[in-house]
Amino acid sequence: MNAQAVQHADHDHHDHGPAKGWMRWLTTTNHKDIGTLYLWFSLLMFFVGGTMALVIRAELFQPGLQLVQPEFFNQMTTMHALVMIFLAVMPAFVGLANWMIPLMIGAPDMALPRMNNWSFWILPFASTMLISTLFVDGGAPAGGWTMYPPLVLQTGAAFPMLIFSVHLLGISSIMGSINIIATIMNLRAPGMTYMKMPLFVWTWFITAYLLIATMPVLAGAVTMLLTDKYFGTSFFNAAGGGDPVMFQHIFWFFGHPEVYILILPAFGIVSQIIPTFARKPLFGYSSMVYATASIAFLSFIVWAHHMFTVGMPVAAEVFFMMATMLIAVPTGVKVFNWVSTMWKGAMTFETPMLFAIGFVVMFSIGGFSGLMLAIAPADFQYHDTYFVVAHFHYVLVPGAVFAIMASVYYWLPKWCGHMYDEKLGQIHFWLSAIFVNVLFFPQHFIGLAGMPRRIPDYAVQFADFNMISSIGAFGFGFSQLMFAYIVIKAVRGGKQATDQVWEGAQGLEWTLSSPPPYHSFSVQPHIK
Amino acid sequence: MKRKHIAGALVAALLSPLSAWADWGMNMPRGVTELSEEIYGLHMAAFWVCVVIGVVVFGAMFYSILKHRKSLGVKPATFHESTTVEIIWTVIPVIILVSLAIPAAQALVKMEDSSNSELTIQVTGHQWKWQYEYPEQGIKFMSVLGSKSREASALGSGIAPGSVEHYLLEVDNPVVVPVGKKVRFLFTSNDVIHSWWVPDLAVKKDAIPGFINDMWVKVEKPGTYRGQCTELCGKDHGFMPINVVAMDDAGFQAWVDEQKAAAAAAADDSNRVWTQDELMAKGETIYKSTCAACHQASGAGIPGAFPALTGSAITTGDLKGHVDIVLHGKAGTAMQAFSSQLSDADIAAVVTYERNALGNSVGDMAQPADIKAMR
Amino acid sequence: MASSSNDAPHYYVPHQTIWPFMMSVGLTGLVLGFIHYLNGDSGTFLMLAGAGLLIYTLFRWFGEVISESEGRQYGKWEDGSFRLGMSWFIFSEVMFFAAFFGALFYARTLSVPWLGGAGEEAETHNLLWNTYQAIWPTNGPADVGGEFEAMPAWGLPAINTLLLLSSGATVTWAHHALKANNRQHLIYGLAATVGLGFLFVILQAVEYSHAYHEMNLTLHSGIYGSTFYMLTGFHGMHVTLGAIILTVVLFRAIKGHFTPQNHFAFEAAAWYWHFVDVVWLGLFIFVYWL
Ligand code: HEA
Ligand code: HEA
Ligand code: HEC
Ligand code: CUA
Ligand SMILES: [Cu+2]
Repeated sequence: MNAQAVQHADHDHHDHGPAKGWMRWLTTTNHKDIGTLYLWFSLLMFFVGGTMALVIRAELFQPGLQLVQPEFFNQMTTMHALVMIFLAVMPAFVGLANWMIPLMIGAPDMALPRMNNWSFWILPFASTMLISTLFVDGGAPAGGWTMYPPLVLQTGAAFPMLIFSVHLLGISSIMGSINIIATIMNLRAPGMTYMKMPLFVWTWFITAYLLIATMPVLAGAVTMLLTDKYFGTSFFNAAGGGDPVMFQHIFWFFGHPEVYILILPAFGIVSQIIPTFARKPLFGYSSMVYATASIAFLSFIVWAHHMFTVGMPVAAEVFFMMATMLIAVPTGVKVFNWVSTMWKGAMTFETPMLFAIGFVVMFSIGGFSGLMLAIAPADFQYHDTYFVVAHFHYVLVPGAVFAIMASVYYWLPKWCGHMYDEKLGQIHFWLSAIFVNVLFFPQHFIGLAGMPRRIPDYAVQFADFNMISSIGAFGFGFSQLMFAYIVIKAVRGGKQATDQVWEGAQGLEWTLSSPPPYHSFSVQPHIK
Repeated sequence: MKRKHIAGALVAALLSPLSAWADWGMNMPRGVTELSEEIYGLHMAAFWVCVVIGVVVFGAMFYSILKHRKSLGVKPATFHESTTVEIIWTVIPVIILVSLAIPAAQALVKMEDSSNSELTIQVTGHQWKWQYEYPEQGIKFMSVLGSKSREASALGSGIAPGSVEHYLLEVDNPVVVPVGKKVRFLFTSNDVIHSWWVPDLAVKKDAIPGFINDMWVKVEKPGTYRGQCTELCGKDHGFMPINVVAMDDAGFQAWVDEQKAAAAAAADDSNRVWTQDELMAKGETIYKSTCAACHQASGAGIPGAFPALTGSAITTGDLKGHVDIVLHGKAGTAMQAFSSQLSDADIAAVVTYERNALGNSVGDMAQPADIKAMR
Repeated sequence: MASSSNDAPHYYVPHQTIWPFMMSVGLTGLVLGFIHYLNGDSGTFLMLAGAGLLIYTLFRWFGEVISESEGRQYGKWEDGSFRLGMSWFIFSEVMFFAAFFGALFYARTLSVPWLGGAGEEAETHNLLWNTYQAIWPTNGPADVGGEFEAMPAWGLPAINTLLLLSSGATVTWAHHALKANNRQHLIYGLAATVGLGFLFVILQAVEYSHAYHEMNLTLHSGIYGSTFYMLTGFHGMHVTLGAIILTVVLFRAIKGHFTPQNHFAFEAAAWYWHFVDVVWLGLFIFVYWL
């Protein structure tokens, strides 16, 4: 991307800067404002979901019930996952998309700005509805984030709240994704061909497609749960000719692509950061694009690897096993490309780069355990144990969450015009990287040794590693308070950032001032 | 050259604790069946593949991080693609994966072939206990978490879990199988989905209401093998363990005879008239093992989830209504039909107990004959 | 090197607006009311208030969009975004229906035969549902909801198919008229489409009533009743929505909106209508006929 925009005078024909006061945030149609809203919201929810995780880890600190009753424990597990996935990680990525995609492709804003506002402003309502289930009769949903019937049908007054909050969150994601796709397809600056788009834009392009294709399926699945409970239908009831396992198929048809929704934008972020700090162009740009597309395609035909133990026909088990294993190939291509990008670069290790490198290593560890899980006969032993918990936290926490943190460090100076405190950033990285491994690595062992997931109490032979894991959790959790501190400190002031910010940074967003004008690229740059 | 050293050192470093972990039981158990060995082999093969790939890839990456840094005055190269290497690193993983997938597929086919079994055991999951039935032998019983574990696990019990032998992994009635015979398990459930898992047997299969799944084992070594329910099934999901006792043929036969005798005695129980005290005593044990999980030992229930039985309109009202809900449950709630799980005497006892304990004192009692009449 | 030029097109970025926020408030009220109702409390007031706010907001929001459109604020560029937005929205709806069709196919080809003992599931049949004969249509081995009749394809449903297909033709007629700037025919075509659409909904209601009262075919009729009502009901809701959208377009046409070149609202409504039409064909074939 050797384009540079000459864009300083802000040709604003509408003379609307931000509105004054808090009404600005309710009524804004500006992609930067909306991006900011998403990001703060997500940070808040990360702490809410993390606090729930800490309740889980505190209870599991020792064998025997220590703090909470089993049903409350199950509520914590369920809510922790729902909050982290739907209210923390997904909104964070959407926030980044909102902020960065228009800047990266030279667009004046998002394609459908009013709808953009709506996509965000569904979230606070939906999340309040979801979280307030903790206070209703019978407590919050406790059937796991996967909501399998018939168990989930035993939920009390929280049940319809769960279903409708999922519907609302779905509407929000679908509207958000439509907006992103329309922006990318319609608002690229002249000369910004598809194969010149930055990888973050590409990965989001494909992610948005995954979202539009799968969120409605989830909505359909939970709608059937609702009618099974309240309107006498038999979708998931064998007595009426249905099948509880049918829900699992539909859910995972959504659920598996969903996990790639949680990682593809992270791939994009890392593909932006590594070239910057290696001062060398990304290795294999086009194969990165094709690999992303292949992962997305494959993600639709592997869902039943979450269900190897439900008793599928052997042929289906073999098919889903092999299709799943194949995903390692395009993912491997990405990892190899990142390493090759670093190879013979001139690297420096500012905080974003540290998080990106941490991502590559620890995501791959999570990917490796994913590959092991894919082997169906072995999955009979791994399934629903802490080995799975370790797998998905490796891809989600030092995977998705680290990538989000990397991107915040990377772009924060652009957003607010101030440098963050580099020293604190580095400390934050090292504390996070160490504790996250103390937290999740031992879970591999307790899983292999036979500890099931979603249990509030466990046999004494698992005690040592659980204790280590819990210590890691508290260490990791409290390290994140540093992150909030660093971000707030940078937003409030600090060294003025240059336009370029990072020596090796390439791309349109770095041609704008830091912070960029409220309306950027009202006149589009031409890319040659 | 140097890279090889680092890689070698890393592998060695990983290897040594690994064998130690195997002893601490921190790796997947090898188990006691042919298939469990095979699965263990697949697991270790996949593990080593990942370790080797990891060492190579991250070895290269860390080498680059050490050597190709700006502070060493390196000037960045400008290359950014190479079709040849891209093809190589696409093809090699494919080959590796295929070579893992083939033995895995073969193992699967073997595992799913439950034909020619010599004994069938039907396993039914309930919230939160397992029911075992030997249709050919006419044996049927429930298996719940041992009472020592249950007491110790309660919040604020003051009993150290470490002081209970096989904490959370002990049951009152284990399921018994003969050694060296192909035993076929059939799984189903009475309420929500459960999953029956015994790591040493390498069997994990979901018990799905309305459907039957099957799986087989051939245990090679006598012993007691412990496992747990592994599908979230509600509040006491963590408290429904599994014990499998594998015995030689003679031992198994003796066990079968014993079970039959016990069943006959229970049938007699349901044909006689009981005194109030007898009913109360038996009722208390059944209440504790079967009902207290939801309605709590005190009868106070859990507000919002499980109703209190103390002073409830049903437990203090008409006897018929009370028996009815215990026999037939309440559709669409966690209150299941106990008619197939409990004998007439059991139900008479527990109903009598609920009416005259837990803070209730209705004063009447139910006889097994009354229950029989209402079935 | 990039350059900027002042004659480059300018993208319309709307002013601040409160309507999206109000939409969320209205929607949340509506949904909360419904939640109260499902939990056995009275949620009527909340539901009505939410729905009222929602409708009011929609009027205001779309009103704003329409006046911007009529005020020639939108050009080709904005039009492109709207088209993309609508197409992808329709794609998401396709996937919504896919979930329910998936349930139908799964039940017909997998769960029902399994319950009847097909494939590897012989034991399911032997041990649990011994007397069950897996024949579609079915209300399952426990005869859930009691004996019922299946809905035949060649009565009302066939008529409904004709109605929807003709409405597809009339909306195309209207489109041609619009492009030829023949306002009269535009209005006739649209009015006919709207009429056919609402007629379809009415006939569907008649069909439901017949099913409930004479055929004992209800939501409780096992998997057949479940899939039947879920698919047709969900589709019926879409027809209703499509007909309402077309009504709005009709009124706008009567007021003289749209030009032969610029009539995205019309096209969006027509796309949506065709989509509803195609879904119906799938329904007719797989729910009623086969
Ligand atoms: C960000 C989210 C994310 C990502 C990216 C992945 C990635 C993968 N996952 Fe994971 N997964 C989850 C989130 C994720 N997963 C979650 C949340 C669950 C549990 C849900 C629940 O039950 O609650 C789960 C569960 C899960 C299961 C079910 C386990 C069970 O319940 O029994 C399986 C089984 O196949 C699986 C497999 C995989 C595979 C093969 C990949 C692959 O994409 C990984 C590919 C990557 C690599 C392999 C590493 C890099 C590659 C190389 C260096 C190249 C060379 C390598 C080889 C040739 C080996 N995952
Ligand atoms: C993106 C998704 C995501 C993320 C980020 C996390 C993050 C974490 N998760 Fe979790 N998790 C899931 C997704 C995620 N998880 C899913 C899908 C499940 C499966 C659920 C199911 O079975 O249904 C799961 C389940 C799960 C379990 C298994 C529970 C069980 O099986 O019973 C555990 C146990 O250790 C766990 C722990 C953690 C911990 C310690 C973190 C930590 O990384 C969290 C760190 C963050 C913090 C701790 C925040 C900091 C807060 C403070 C310092 C307190 C300050 C407080 C205030 C200011 C109010 N998670
Ligand atoms: C899995 C949980 C569970 C178990 C085990 C259980 N119950 Fe219940 N029970 C319930 C629930 C839930 C209800 C409430 C049903 C409803 O909504 O009406 C209930 C209701 C009842 C009632 C009616 C109380 C009232 O006032 O509505 C009685 C009596 C009762 N159970 C007795 C028993 C007996 C006797 C046993 C043991 C043999 C038992 N229960 C075991 C969950 C359970
Ligand atoms: Cu039974 Cu979990
Ligand atoms: Cu998956």
